[in-house]
Amino acid sequence: MNKIIVRCSMLIVALLLSIASFAQQQPQMADVMRSNGKIYVVVAVCLTILIGLFIYVFLVDRKISKIEKES
Amino acid sequence: MVKKNWWKIVSLLLLIYTVVGGFLMDVPKLFILNETIRNLYFHVSMWFVMMILFGVSVVYSIKYLRGFNLRNDIYAVNYAAVGSFLGILGYTTGTIWANYTWVTDQSQTLGSILKEPKLIGAAIALLIYGAYFVLRGSFTDMDKRARISAVYNIFAFAMLFPSIWIIPRLVGSLHPGAPGSDSGNPALNFKDIDSRLRMVFYPAIIGWTLLAVWIATLKIRIQLLKDKSLLNE
Repeated sequence: MNKIIVRCSMLIVALLLSIASFAQQQPQMADVMRSNGKIYVVVAVCLTILIGLFIYVFLVDRKISKIEKES
Repeated sequence: MVKKNWWKIVSLLLLIYTVVGGFLMDVPKLFILNETIRNLYFHVSMWFVMMILFGVSVVYSIKYLRGFNLRNDIYAVNYAAVGSFLGILGYTTGTIWANYTWVTDQSQTLGSILKEPKLIGAAIALLIYGAYFVLRGSFTDMDKRARISAVYNIFAFAMLFPSIWIIPRLVGSLHPGAPGSDSGNPALNFKDIDSRLRMVFYPAIIGWTLLAVWIATLKIRIQLLKDKSLLNE
């Protein structure tokens, strides 16, 4: 009985170790967003804000145009 | 629709280029400034566009004084308003930039920052424009308001020259453009600003200007709708 527990726990440790080593050796895929200190994430955030602002200004523009036509 | 509004699309495209190019393109490697030189495309552009809009505003003020058409007064005040807003944004971004390059990395004391002539000059210029809006708000008579504020606007624009262009360049200053940094105008001097920076900087100015003009025209159109009955057209 004791032997089985030892063997099981060793197996679990081995599995955990393999998981840990797996985590260290993440395959380097073409991950643009994580390269260069993640600067592309900043670019994406700023672009989102910029385009959002433009959409907002555009909608206000359209609303004013509509009111101008009505009056 | 597209024929009349193409410049709005140009503005969007130029600003997308500004953000992408501004963050990713190569910049000169400088001490103290490091990557913050990229602020040139954002902080400096704010001031640049502010000056352009104040210029437009003063032109409309003069036009108002020539013909007393209230429409020109509405144009002048709204361009000045958007310009002041950009000036405040320029000031705010400048404080953040100065905090890291002047205070932390050059260990300047708060005393020397508070004596900084460029900051004082810019604050004076913005306060003069603040007074322009206070002055406008204190009149109940529309024609009087338009006439006096148009004259004041010319004065305010004239005060821009000594307060932000001349005096900070005569006395010592931490800000680029001061004597000792031999750069003259930091934004326009071809010896001072790297060609890599200019590739993004000039499109950025055009893009920000177009966006600011767009916002100003929206404000003007709202005002014109409101005052339709007064404009007797």
